[in-house]
Amino acid sequence: MADLPHSVDVRASIRFRFRGRDIELGDFAPRMTLLDWLRIERGASGTKEGCNEGDCGACTVVLVRRAQGAPNFTPVNACILLLGQIDGAELVTIEDLSSAPGALHPVQDSMVTHHGAQCGFCTPGIVMSLFAQHESKPQTLDADAVCDQLAGNLCRCTGYRPIIEAALAAHVVPPQGRWPGTEAMHAGDMLIGDDDQFFAAPASIPSLAALYAAHPDATLVAGATDVGLWLTKNLQDIRKIIWLGRVAGLDAIEAHADGLHIGAGVTLAALAPHLGALHPDLGEVMRRFGSTQVRSSGTIGGNLANGSPIGDLAPCLIALGAQLVLQKGDVLRHLPLEDFFLAYRKQDRLPGEFVHSVIMPPLAAEQAFRAYKVSKRIDEDISSVLAAFCFDVAQGRIGRARIAFGGMAGTPARARNAEGFAVGIRLQDESTWASALSALAFDFQPLSDQRASAAYRALVARNLLTKALIELRGESPATTRIAPPREP
Amino acid sequence: MTMPQAKPREDDLVIVRQSVTHDSASLHVQGAATYVDDIREPSGTLHLAPGLSPVARGRLLGLDLSGVRAAPGVVAVLCASDVPGKNDVAPAFADDPLFADGEVIFHGQVVFAVVAQTRDAARRAARLAQFDIAADEPAITIEAAAQRGQTVLPDFDFGRGDVQEALGCAPHRLSGRLAIGGQEHFYLEGQVALAIPGEAGDMLVHASTQDPSEVQHIVARVLGCPDAFVTVETRRMGGGFGGKESQASQTAALAALAAHVTGRPCKLRLDRDDDFVITGKRHDFRADWSVGFEADGRLTAYDVQLDANCGCSADLSTGVVDRAMFHAANAYYVPAVAVRSRRLRSDTVSNTAFRGFGGPQGMLAIERVMDAIAHETGRDPLDVRKVNLLAPGRDRTPYGMVVEETDTLPALIEELERSSDYRARRAEIAAHNATAPIIRRGLALTPVQFGISFTLVHMNQAGALVHVYQDGSIHLNHGGTEMGQGLFTKVAQVVAEEFGVPLDFVRITATNTAKVPNTSPTAASAGADLNGMAARIAAGAIRQRMAEVAAAMWAIAPDAVRFRDGRVFGGNESISFRDLARRSREMRVQLSEAGFYKTPHLDWNRATKTGRPFLYFAYGASCCEVAIDTLTGESKVLRADILHDVGRSLNPAIDIGQIEGGFVQGMGWLTSEELVHDAKGRLLTHAPSTYKIPVAADVPRDFRVRLFDNANREDTIHRSKAVGEPPLMLGISVFNAIIDALHGLAPGVHVPLDAPATPERILFSAEALRAAHKGEGC
Repeated sequence: MADLPHSVDVRASIRFRFRGRDIELGDFAPRMTLLDWLRIERGASGTKEGCNEGDCGACTVVLVRRAQGAPNFTPVNACILLLGQIDGAELVTIEDLSSAPGALHPVQDSMVTHHGAQCGFCTPGIVMSLFAQHESKPQTLDADAVCDQLAGNLCRCTGYRPIIEAALAAHVVPPQGRWPGTEAMHAGDMLIGDDDQFFAAPASIPSLAALYAAHPDATLVAGATDVGLWLTKNLQDIRKIIWLGRVAGLDAIEAHADGLHIGAGVTLAALAPHLGALHPDLGEVMRRFGSTQVRSSGTIGGNLANGSPIGDLAPCLIALGAQLVLQKGDVLRHLPLEDFFLAYRKQDRLPGEFVHSVIMPPLAAEQAFRAYKVSKRIDEDISSVLAAFCFDVAQGRIGRARIAFGGMAGTPARARNAEGFAVGIRLQDESTWASALSALAFDFQPLSDQRASAAYRALVARNLLTKALIELRGESPATTRIAPPREP
Repeated sequence: MTMPQAKPREDDLVIVRQSVTHDSASLHVQGAATYVDDIREPSGTLHLAPGLSPVARGRLLGLDLSGVRAAPGVVAVLCASDVPGKNDVAPAFADDPLFADGEVIFHGQVVFAVVAQTRDAARRAARLAQFDIAADEPAITIEAAAQRGQTVLPDFDFGRGDVQEALGCAPHRLSGRLAIGGQEHFYLEGQVALAIPGEAGDMLVHASTQDPSEVQHIVARVLGCPDAFVTVETRRMGGGFGGKESQASQTAALAALAAHVTGRPCKLRLDRDDDFVITGKRHDFRADWSVGFEADGRLTAYDVQLDANCGCSADLSTGVVDRAMFHAANAYYVPAVAVRSRRLRSDTVSNTAFRGFGGPQGMLAIERVMDAIAHETGRDPLDVRKVNLLAPGRDRTPYGMVVEETDTLPALIEELERSSDYRARRAEIAAHNATAPIIRRGLALTPVQFGISFTLVHMNQAGALVHVYQDGSIHLNHGGTEMGQGLFTKVAQVVAEEFGVPLDFVRITATNTAKVPNTSPTAASAGADLNGMAARIAAGAIRQRMAEVAAAMWAIAPDAVRFRDGRVFGGNESISFRDLARRSREMRVQLSEAGFYKTPHLDWNRATKTGRPFLYFAYGASCCEVAIDTLTGESKVLRADILHDVGRSLNPAIDIGQIEGGFVQGMGWLTSEELVHDAKGRLLTHAPSTYKIPVAADVPRDFRVRLFDNANREDTIHRSKAVGEPPLMLGISVFNAIIDALHGLAPGVHVPLDAPATPERILFSAEALRAAHKGEGC
């Protein structure tokens, strides 16, 4: 057994509910994905593999966990979810939806009558995404909400219109309520395997700290929305996995005087409303972040620790002045988020150190914030450029400025030169904007890749600063954006 | 003046024309529809993974597979020397090796295949090969291919008149170049095949293919056995779009070869990234055009050079580029015209069939030209289009075929112009743009005229096999394949109609080369036209025999016998269909029939460039409104109005599904779907994370799709028209609407924009136009 000194009794199996039964599994490879388990081990072929990287949604299944006494329906991509991650959940797949042979769930029935399937291959995933939404009983449902729910479900045949109509029509039928979900099982650490190869799920921060200190070569997994691809695409032989999804306290959001303290394990889905409340642009960035499935699994800690040069969260948080809190053993370390990113895919994280939390300061009354995500496709796409601006504005004049970009360098980074020249800008006098705009060229030498050319990125960065200044000058987003942020 | 056609009598069809749901809809939504990877694997099934060339072009000097062979779970490793028959999976020109042999011709080409106990083991082992390749400088882009000047097939051209002379005399003249991107099919179900060896060399292959007969033929070729040893079965595909026409052969041949070598069932399901890299795509094109026109925009001459990037081999590029040429004038009349083409060879994957089969590329070029003319003349782009439509006396296409149905499209456009409120919105958008420097809107209404029939005449044939069992249940089989387009449903409707029985009497069965042989691929939009007719002929023959049985029983004439509602009527008598089936068997009447159909009137001769390649044309038009962000280049389709001609619909819901899906796929091709290679020929956009097909939110929220009521004047199956491909080209109006939005930045200036109109291309176009506008202002 691997070293878990703080635990009293260590569970050596995962437990979940499936097909009306409680299942306990203690013998599986740490890297086994949920989809492979379903299709290969269980022979349950209703759930499809479309891309094996969490982008097409054909493999969508739903995890039901109880929270505050009510079931929470979470659609996830089974292809990149590790089997161990379903611990403590009720697993619902497409085969579970009919109450009897031929007795379709309202979403299924509506998909049939609205001609929502053509080739049918994406259909199980689409049905599961719509099922999760339907059983979650939203008060109202409009086409925007359906499209948001389906951003991670690709269909190549229908053009989506009948699917959207099917979802809206099904909404009038009450949820079926046949999936009560399972209560979270936080008590006790879990470890399946041995010292050389394991899937571990510590239940507390001290357990995590101790296990990771003993196995600094282990891979920390939060949502597996990126680690999953290391397995399915790079075929990495990851032998030691520490899953963070059961660590008590790591998923907390607490309000303090210096801002929100957001635990590293908070999912992007849970984080989204808090960011949206801070500023509508942040709500829009989160709406477009990955997909419903990705936001359900992915976490703020995983997103930052992964160190993507284009991660959308990092530039937003940097512009806001967020602090990152790291932990190793018992020691906490605070640093400005921008200092965490050292170079391309290289972060200031010591062996055995993990992301504990993020401290996100509030926006002051005099602070004006803007964030823009630019990508080839509006929904479910990785940004070519993400820009976030936070200006202190008094009497139409910019005082302090924090400007951060993703996609412009090897890491998310501040535009220090532009920030300097932004100070003193008079919003109504465009001639005062020029030096800050020009300074961006000294801040970044972006790269060309499949998403965009260097020249495009440089031009867009400049234009987004222009756009922010135009908006702060008073232009309504209705005249400056093709898709203004929606009302929350 | 063509003769006005009499409106066909209101038909009394009961099942045809109904919007019945897809035959598998209930299975689809329950995850119970079986795709090839869902077939319960026979015990002992082995799995394959391909080993891919890391180099685009070079000589294969050595291949060390010792690490692969030693990897856990590996049972066999196959390469070119293991092929007992021919190492070739090409559809026509023997230039697509199953395994690279001696030279590699594109990055990602299959060099070997691993056969292992599990798919995971096979994939891991496949990465352990050591290649020794003497790499040469590859030609990747169409520019590089054009510069190198190699072609995969001879150049081809047709036209009329002295176009240079006509251009010289033209009152107005413009020329330009349009680059047109390719497109990945992104069928949701990737390529997959399961091969099960039988006794004495038999091979059963479950393949996800649009062309089971071709797969049968190629498996036999690779195994070196007669076609009759190989049976290919296809119940359904999870999408095809042309990508499983010729491209399904290699996957099936690899699985069959492994099954042949190991004697065990073998399955190959490509990982999505491998599928992107290994299989062909829509051809990217370059169109160099010159056009002459009158002051009102009327064309006097059009000269277009269509250069197609065919990739490393010929594949289906004869027909693909021919179809681009056939559609180079779309619905317009050009007095003097030259359509020239080159089929360029590049060191990339061989490009292939994709919904529209070259037609969209040829059509996009002329639609781009229409806008250029409008901007030059200052006329509304719709007016320029309308003045150029084919009309009586101006009805000959550049390839010499006279279009008889010239009245449909003008009527359809008039109706769409009115129902989309085109003129009022044109004014409203102009007013908006006058006060909107950043977010600008654009509008375009573009027509589609798409020729229906395989342009290779002999492919226009189909077979069907219908049995009536003694309990009255009906077994339906035909050579068409189901890829989601609803073909099986439509043909079942035709058969149920013929027998006058409820649809659930008809059992739809998997396409199988042992039941209906020598079929054509389900392609060219011809699935329902061909197979619907063949099935109707088969069913009609059985019905006739059954009618004779009833007639003898009742002592009436056979043609007085009627079939409807599951019963058979004559005089004052009636009998259930089921009882008549039993009675017929007792009377020793054959209740099985193989139907055969070949499309009439086709006589296109490519060598002489004369004759008729198409039985008829499908028409449509779409009106799109877009918004673009001139600071970022992002675009969004705000509204789309579509009116489309499917003749008299066999199934309106299925047809509308084809129209909507085709439009969105065309929109994706021209906006967010961009194939990017690096200088070494590696495809960088090889997964949905980097290759962006439309998602739900991209579909215009205001999306109005209607069928244009118009019986086919040709004697097609219940006067319907083909619907698979034509709607893809409705998406062209999105591109033209983006051009329109950009044009407002510098009226009268040529809008520089290639396809796809990504944010980057739109932004740089806007920058160029702003610069031009400023330049003029100075």
